[in-house]
Amino acid sequence: MSDVRLIEIKEEILADNDKVAGEIRKQLRSRQVFMLNLMSSPGGGKTSLIIETLRGLKRSMRAGVIEGDIDSMVDAEKVAQEGIPAVQLRTGGACHLDAGMVELALRELDLSALDLIMIENIGNLVCPAEFDTGAARNAMILSVPEGDDKPLKYPLMFTICDALVVNKTDYLTMSDFDMKAMKERVLKLNPNIRIFEVSCRTGEGIPAWTEWLEAEVEAFKK
Amino acid sequence: MHELPVTESILRIVLRHAEEAKAAKVVSVSLRVGEMSDVIDEWLQRYFDYLSKGTLAEGAELRVERVPVVFCCEVCGESFQVNIREVKDVVCPACGGGKATFVSGREFFIKAIEVI
Repeated sequence: MSDVRLIEIKEEILADNDKVAGEIRKQLRSRQVFMLNLMSSPGGGKTSLIIETLRGLKRSMRAGVIEGDIDSMVDAEKVAQEGIPAVQLRTGGACHLDAGMVELALRELDLSALDLIMIENIGNLVCPAEFDTGAARNAMILSVPEGDDKPLKYPLMFTICDALVVNKTDYLTMSDFDMKAMKERVLKLNPNIRIFEVSCRTGEGIPAWTEWLEAEVEAFKK
Repeated sequence: MHELPVTESILRIVLRHAEEAKAAKVVSVSLRVGEMSDVIDEWLQRYFDYLSKGTLAEGAELRVERVPVVFCCEVCGESFQVNIREVKDVVCPACGGGKATFVSGREFFIKAIEVI
């Protein structure tokens, strides 16, 4: 009977992904392109928020979009109709984008012609939280119809985001969504997160969000 | 659902270390995973069994040590564990304070392997 040997490893499980994400960040830093990773549940309003945001920022910056989708092109087509360069990544079943996929998409974009890239991650509050995409900032959407208990069910997502966009505020009057309790829960998980209340349908609150994003892009470029 | 790519990463790291150590077989893999993570132990093992077929790590047992979610009270400084998916609110057990910050529970790494 041979002896069992213990080998200490102490290695991050997702070290390979983190390494590629780090390389992407370095490349985008040197090219002066700010990348935002936008996450939410399916139907939270990622595509709508991207379109509203980029309409608002059209005059001040040049933007591109990386669209993650399991198996369709619908979102990329909507974005392209706005005249915004969009790359579609079809994951073929995978529930999140990883750094390697984002690296492939970046090759399709003309980085010298861009100030801002928005990634639309796969609609899911679980898996995308575990995989660093190489973005400078992470943002998420929680839409009112999903309920105010989501920070308790998907705590990791709320801890890794720099901004939370509470979308579909036009539904508030029809729901028992407790905005104050939701905010308290989120701020406990992540005291530094910025929270924006918006409605992509009415446009309410969109300017405060785009101003924040614009300021982040400008600070990044300095 | 993301257990599959996660398990691929685990297997890659395990095999690299096992080969460096000139091991004949991997007996076990010890992981440290924070309670914040949504990965399910049982699925990790199933995917690992599937992916490791025909490698040095075939048949190895995954031992997942869960790291509790810990918050620190901003009022009295007490650190306390929280069952994050069951509580409605995070309240300090020492002073009853409602202001607390998240300290740990996001760990996600391979601690060690046992080989022969």
